[in-house]
Amino acid sequence: MSLDPATVRRIARLARIHVENVEAEHLARELNGILGWIEQLNEVDVEGIDPLTGAAQMAMRLRPDTVTDGGIPELVLGNAPDRAGTFYAVPKVVE
Amino acid sequence: MLTDLSLVEARDGLRRRDFSAVELTEAHLDAVAALNPRINAFITVSADMARTQAAAADAALAAGEDRPLLGLPLAIKDLFCTEGVRTTAGSRILEPFVPPYESTVTANLLRDGAVFLGKANLDEFAMGSSNMTSAFGPVRNPWTRRGDNRPLVPGGSSGGSCAAVAARMALGATATDTGGSIRQPASFCGIAGVKPTYGRCSRWGIVAFASSLDQAGPVARTVEDCAVLLGSMAGFDPKDSTSADRAVPDFAAACRRGVRGLRIGVPREYRSDSMPPEIEAMWQQGLAWLRDEGAEIVDVSLPHTKYGLATYYIVAPAEASSNLARYDGVRFGRRVEGEDLTDMYERTRAEGFGAEVRRRVMIGTYVLSAGYYDAYYLRAQKVRALILRDFTDAYAQVDALLTPTAPSAAFAQGDKMDDPVAMYLNDVFTVPASMAGVPGLSVPAGLDGQGLPLGLQVLGRPFDEETVFAVGAVLERAAGFRHLPAIWAGAPA
Repeated sequence: MSLDPATVRRIARLARIHVENVEAEHLARELNGILGWIEQLNEVDVEGIDPLTGAAQMAMRLRPDTVTDGGIPELVLGNAPDRAGTFYAVPKVVE
Repeated sequence: MLTDLSLVEARDGLRRRDFSAVELTEAHLDAVAALNPRINAFITVSADMARTQAAAADAALAAGEDRPLLGLPLAIKDLFCTEGVRTTAGSRILEPFVPPYESTVTANLLRDGAVFLGKANLDEFAMGSSNMTSAFGPVRNPWTRRGDNRPLVPGGSSGGSCAAVAARMALGATATDTGGSIRQPASFCGIAGVKPTYGRCSRWGIVAFASSLDQAGPVARTVEDCAVLLGSMAGFDPKDSTSADRAVPDFAAACRRGVRGLRIGVPREYRSDSMPPEIEAMWQQGLAWLRDEGAEIVDVSLPHTKYGLATYYIVAPAEASSNLARYDGVRFGRRVEGEDLTDMYERTRAEGFGAEVRRRVMIGTYVLSAGYYDAYYLRAQKVRALILRDFTDAYAQVDALLTPTAPSAAFAQGDKMDDPVAMYLNDVFTVPASMAGVPGLSVPAGLDGQGLPLGLQVLGRPFDEETVFAVGAVLERAAGFRHLPAIWAGAPA
């Protein structure tokens, strides 16, 4: 599988990373280098092997579904790049 | 000089009142002021906070309190959220971020009386093996090649933590390891570093890179110092769903156990024709030291070793692409304005992330995308299961494994920058243990022909860090590593 610049632009869009057209070609080369190297996994026989999702050899814990924190809007909003009252503010999305 | 002391020596000196915590902290702050302009190990120095904490430690000592780290100055990798102290993860996108909370690991250290000198430099979001990807500039390794002053990398991603400790700007430091980020820079900087079992230290409040791999651990100049630090960092935390609900053993006591009767495995797949002869010789020397102390050396096989890195470079970017989705310029961090909301997201992330982070987020996005998920991500998870099975099988025969930590000594700043895969190969010996979640330690074993430190890696069974410390301490005693880097606090001017 080899990525062309159009596919790179599609991935960049999915990843929400702005990529200039001139960068896409260079990025395609880099990403193909990495993906080509990763192709070696195709030679491993994984028939009948269950995927391993994590390194923790244990069942996930349950916890009581209760509120443990809250009522601290100023702390929560303290790092906001833009705010309006106790809300985060973003550019207008509905005309 | 107070900066010459190990962490344990400094602790004992404070208890005897040979010096005060304020004096100890001032000595390290002086070293930071003198050396950081050259080494760039710290992104943020929290001198005022350190002085306040040291004064409080002196008051506690005077009141007869005895906490494990009381008055001991440490560096904190800038991936751990620290309340009221800027936490950047080495990224432009988090440059303005001041956390309103404290990570569990750093809260544990503060509970035990530690003093925080500042936030240590790192590869951006811990993605790198050289510290060259930091948005706050590269870190210089305090070591240089004999007769050659060109700056070398400290390794990564915990390059600032390791350089600070090696140059004696801090008694110890926190670090994190996702594929080798504690062990490889510890090896490059001639210090000890421990990646504990996945789940041993809480990940809560650590900026996430790859959640199924990330694990915090200590770096310090001795194995016992690492044991003391890990004893404070570790412990169950209900706020991390993967935190292990297990008692924390006395790791420092384990350092005195010795290796008599232990079976030490030598994984044959770690041998290669391309391994530098000096590293092969160091490995053989390490095995001989353990044999002399009564261990039995056993050949073992970890057949899927060669697939560790490729598996890692699917799993880790996939998790990173998901974790880093939160950096959107809305709730915290930098924002770059755009024509509309989507354009704002895209420009924020294009300008906020460096090249390596953008590359990995895009790889991760691709391997998780419709039509490719099974071919890449699912297959990688299956190979990961085989890698874990290799270790489980090996640990049925042996108590621990010994390997070199890295395939080379420290390299020059700027090397391996043109080819991402060449850079990734740094972690060939450390990644398999990360994939399996088993504990590992790097201990300095000697110098190569150019005068640079080389580390040996000890790997153990899940939650058996005690055996790892026992083996590491024996290697440390046998190696008697007393060499000093070119740049260190107290070096003759």
